[in-house]
Amino acid sequence: MFKTYSALAAVLLAAIPAPAASKINVMTTTEDLAAIAREIGGDLISVDSIAKGYQDPHFVESKPSFLLKLQKADLLVAVGLQLEIGWLPPLITQSRNAKIQPAQSGYMEMSQFCNVLEIPQGQVTRAMGDVHPMGNPHYWLNPDNGRRMAKALADRFSSIQPANAAQFAQRYADFDKHLTEAQKGWDAKIAPYKGRKVITYHRSWPNFCERFGLDVVDYVEPKPGIPPTPAHTLDLINLMLREGIKLILVEPYFDLRTPNSIAAKVGGQVLVLMPSVGGNKDVTTYFQLFDYDINLLVNAFSKVK
Amino acid sequence: MRLPCKLMFAPVAALLFATALGAQDTTELLNRMKAMEDRIHALETEVRTLKGQQTPVAPQPQPAAEAAPVVAQAPPAPVSIGGAGGAAAKVLNPDISVIGDFVGAAGNHGGRATPSLSMHESEVGFQEVIDPYARADFFLSFGEQGVNLEEGFITFTSLPAGLQLKAGKMRAAFGKVNTLHNHVLPWIDRPLVSQNLVGGEDGINDAGLSLSRILPSPKGLFLEGTAQIFRGDSENVFAATRRSQVAAVGHLRAYSDLSESTNIDFGASYARGHSPFADGNNQLYGLDATLRWKPLRRAIYHSLMARSEFVWARTSTSLPYLTGIPVVTPAPDPVGSMITQVFTVAPRGLAKPFGFYVSGDYQLGRRWILGSRFDRSQRGQCLPTNPTTTASECPYTVFAPGVNFSRAIPLLQDTGGSFQLTYLPSEFSIIRTQFRRARYGEGRTANEILFQFQFSMGAHGAHPF
Repeated sequence: MFKTYSALAAVLLAAIPAPAASKINVMTTTEDLAAIAREIGGDLISVDSIAKGYQDPHFVESKPSFLLKLQKADLLVAVGLQLEIGWLPPLITQSRNAKIQPAQSGYMEMSQFCNVLEIPQGQVTRAMGDVHPMGNPHYWLNPDNGRRMAKALADRFSSIQPANAAQFAQRYADFDKHLTEAQKGWDAKIAPYKGRKVITYHRSWPNFCERFGLDVVDYVEPKPGIPPTPAHTLDLINLMLREGIKLILVEPYFDLRTPNSIAAKVGGQVLVLMPSVGGNKDVTTYFQLFDYDINLLVNAFSKVK
Repeated sequence: MRLPCKLMFAPVAALLFATALGAQDTTELLNRMKAMEDRIHALETEVRTLKGQQTPVAPQPQPAAEAAPVVAQAPPAPVSIGGAGGAAAKVLNPDISVIGDFVGAAGNHGGRATPSLSMHESEVGFQEVIDPYARADFFLSFGEQGVNLEEGFITFTSLPAGLQLKAGKMRAAFGKVNTLHNHVLPWIDRPLVSQNLVGGEDGINDAGLSLSRILPSPKGLFLEGTAQIFRGDSENVFAATRRSQVAAVGHLRAYSDLSESTNIDFGASYARGHSPFADGNNQLYGLDATLRWKPLRRAIYHSLMARSEFVWARTSTSLPYLTGIPVVTPAPDPVGSMITQVFTVAPRGLAKPFGFYVSGDYQLGRRWILGSRFDRSQRGQCLPTNPTTTASECPYTVFAPGVNFSRAIPLLQDTGGSFQLTYLPSEFSIIRTQFRRARYGEGRTANEILFQFQFSMGAHGAHPF
């Protein structure tokens, strides 16, 4: 009898893969974080994102189907800076996963590793619109921040699976090299258009524009999170005419009617720029995100004066 | 220092610009100054970064090629002497939010009156993590008179076996509407079935324990089971006079994504407790179904939610406040002759009402939502509702002659319909109007216009789902 049990136990134990061999189960809130995690983790991790790249990351629904994934996650990676405040906290609470609760080892907010812009100074009120009091959360649109996130992920993966630390370090080194190369290319492409003035729909692009030397003069939204108003739209048209600004950059999840009508009035152009990996089917990696956006901008800049 | 020099240079540059552009449009000047201000902010951020407040961050304005090696070496941790100031203790204060709900009503109320204008509710929320194992949520609801603890509970988030335990006062997991606070309802009022059978606005809301678990299920299906036990006091639904008269609530939820934009949500609920109307039980059975549609690429502009709930009740009832059924018994008087004495006997029985609502809400644009609701609900004749139905008295004569109370308490049926139009100036305020028509079982008809202003301040709450 004992033999049978021990044989059964042996079979069962053999069927369970050794912990070191199992993949780290990573959940991210956005596809950008998932893309970077994939670069660093490769096939040593499995990764899935809650929000899609073509979705406004401020407004994601807390669907119970996400709970099924979060319940099994070893690591939850979030953007932070209150980008996910409307939907992530209830998902974490209901996940019944002790590991990914805030401040536990399986929860990471990437903002702490990155250079964050637009941290409001002085009094912060919602008269300023839906402000992020801890700074602008769209920081992943600067590849230097991408590198910082990759480093942080490599460190975290290594602490979860020390046996594979060397591989994570190697993958980070490869990513770093590849990114440095790519940055040279992007910089060279956009260099002739440094200092160009643009209008954006939402404040999604401060990091991108700072890194690539574009000047965001105003926004289609009068205040963050407040839809366009006729008075502000008129001001914007006058500003664009006065300063000769031709380009309006819009995220794929915003309505194009107002930007299009402004562009028609000023003889300008609306560009649907991708704020995230997965924004369309051509953008599936962190590198393609910048390839796509910079090509689109360079094309547009070369056509308009 | 490089940076302070730059900062000092900024106002000088601004002055230079001011003289050079004196004749030009001042708006342009303002824009330039704004740009400069932004640049100063960016520089200030940089200074903070350099000072190593966010330790792992490397200096920013490195040429791209050099940035990588610098990132790898974190700057040495600064030696800090002494602790943080007293203000740092306030960092551990909970997230605080206040939601105001101002409601007005005009027209003929048909017997279920609400005030013409009222600061219906001011809900104060305190939410915070308690320790590595739990978080707590408090919602105090200030009416025009008095305060009520709407909810106050601890949630244990780190239990084994996928369990989640809540303890405190909470809204019971009976159906959907009972679990929702006023400010997340798509209507100004609550459906008739809720007013008649489930305690209305207050609902089944009691002190107790709630244990829930995500149940194993086929791929693509989310199953959650919830078991709750309460003291057994919820106005118009349960009343406990002894410790043993606790109320129990069970809920099973099944959810599935039909596509990335469409999902469906079913629930089955059961609640049982001691009836407030007789020495017996009140049992409630509920079914709910919700269909949601929200295209991800246009999630902030268009969405649809269709919802329905059905409730069956079996309520032990006696009607002591009836004028009484005259029972004549002979009794001897002091002189020895027989006179007639009248006693009142409260009729007893089981009320078995049923009610439902069907509602749909379509988001027309970023700021507009149009909705409608159809209501039908029975209720035990002479039983209370919330808001109260003005039945000044409930004389025996309201019942049909010869009614047999022991078989079933007679029922009245209310039917109603509503249209709502909601305007959202921002994520933090709601302006809503609702046209409501109802025909109540007593025969009165109500035609009302309700309107509502809702506004929230403080911590950003979760979006309802």
